[in-house]
Amino acid sequence: MTLPEPNALIDTLAAQLAPALETDCALIGIHTGGVWLRDAVIQRLGGDHLLGELDVSFYRDDFAQGGLHAEVQPSRIPFDIDGRSVILFDDVLFTGRTVRAAINLLFDYGRPASVRLAVLIDRGGRELPVCADFTGLRLDLPTNEHIDLLRSDAGVLSLVHGPW
Amino acid sequence: MTAKMTSNLQLTADGRLRHLLTLDGLPKRILTEILDTAQSFVSVGERDVKKVPLLRGKAVFNVFFENSTRTRTTFEIAAKRLSADVVNLNVNASSQSKGETLLDTVSNLSAMLADMFVVRHSAAGAAHLIARHVAPHIHVINAGDGRSAHPTQGLLDMFTIRHYKGDFHNLRVAIVGDVLHSRVARSQIHALTTLGCPEVRVIAPRTLLPRDVSGMGVHVFHRLEEGLKDVDVVMMLRLQNERMQGARLPSAGEYYKHWGLTPEKLKYARPDAIVMHPGPMNRGVEIDSAVADGGQSVILPQVTYGIAVRMAVMSLVAGANP
Repeated sequence: MTLPEPNALIDTLAAQLAPALETDCALIGIHTGGVWLRDAVIQRLGGDHLLGELDVSFYRDDFAQGGLHAEVQPSRIPFDIDGRSVILFDDVLFTGRTVRAAINLLFDYGRPASVRLAVLIDRGGRELPVCADFTGLRLDLPTNEHIDLLRSDAGVLSLVHGPW
Repeated sequence: MTAKMTSNLQLTADGRLRHLLTLDGLPKRILTEILDTAQSFVSVGERDVKKVPLLRGKAVFNVFFENSTRTRTTFEIAAKRLSADVVNLNVNASSQSKGETLLDTVSNLSAMLADMFVVRHSAAGAAHLIARHVAPHIHVINAGDGRSAHPTQGLLDMFTIRHYKGDFHNLRVAIVGDVLHSRVARSQIHALTTLGCPEVRVIAPRTLLPRDVSGMGVHVFHRLEEGLKDVDVVMMLRLQNERMQGARLPSAGEYYKHWGLTPEKLKYARPDAIVMHPGPMNRGVEIDSAVADGGQSVILPQVTYGIAVRMAVMSLVAGANP
């Protein structure tokens, strides 16, 4: 499979997001790919937005099977979330379990007015009733394959794809 | 008991932390993982809702065969913030006085479907003994055993040092006071050495030093002024009156005169040195109030970080099932 160039996908996603980004909405990335994606979108669209980051490790539903995820990062929402419009960013939407965990985590900070979801790639395979509001690319991948966003030390984004 | 045996008991076959019994023999990788995870739990403590659902449905038993209000309370808060159900037992006051053995007590609590034991005992090795006998899905955390170890205190001290000083690699750290009776000091020395601290000093009167101190890889000083010179971190120990048998010291007043940390003595350390104490403090014995309440003291932050560190330990062991 020829992998798409992530920057082209981010351009597509940014074009969808542009009309939706009011200045008072909060842009929250899910660690780590979602944070990279959010930063890349902001780079394209500019604007002065409230920024936050979530690590869903403490809210995952597979803790009993796999234990704590390695390299948990601190979650950070340095503003009042109550009544605010939120756009959540994640790199790849698959089963929907990460998004479920992120929404639970978000609500422990307060009660947002709305939550929308922006993803770079929707690869299908949902196990929960979750869908994205903004999508860079739809792709049907078999469940035994993975696709991930990577970032080099120099900040260059790329996609990798292969068997789990 | 060798460090290797304990280490095998503490880790799963694939090298994850299953029980926390001692810092002795724990690899740097595990210590760093605990400190990093604790960092994420600090941010949980700053939210309105200070709870995460990691240990929902799990039962944590705080089994204290020896009193310690602060340690028990911070473990209780940590477990509750992880959404566990917490049961506090002061065993002194109940079955032990009726003659039940340690392992019988633990078997009975296991039959009540405990998932984790936090154990404080006056005898060294009590937590190890329990860890060897519990079912594979049960985890044991040592909350202090005799003079042997107090690993979560050692870890919260490391967390505090890292928070204020960053890296360990160019730090000079002094541990001051009753090293002989202190399980905290042993845990601190193991952790500092493993994390790469190049100079650990121990400052104490000869009567309060263990005989094997020279084998612990520390520099020994017998005068406070000399030992404090240019250190970055001063870790005070509590004078353990209740563990003293026989007269090792003339009097508390005499101890304060030579070994008490006063603002004048603290001037020998670096001007940005931090002062730590595991509590409870004997003010006017090992530490002067002006230092304990002064600008260089991080004694209360230590208590706050202790909750995050215990959350990290509990969630890491709870996730390491064979």
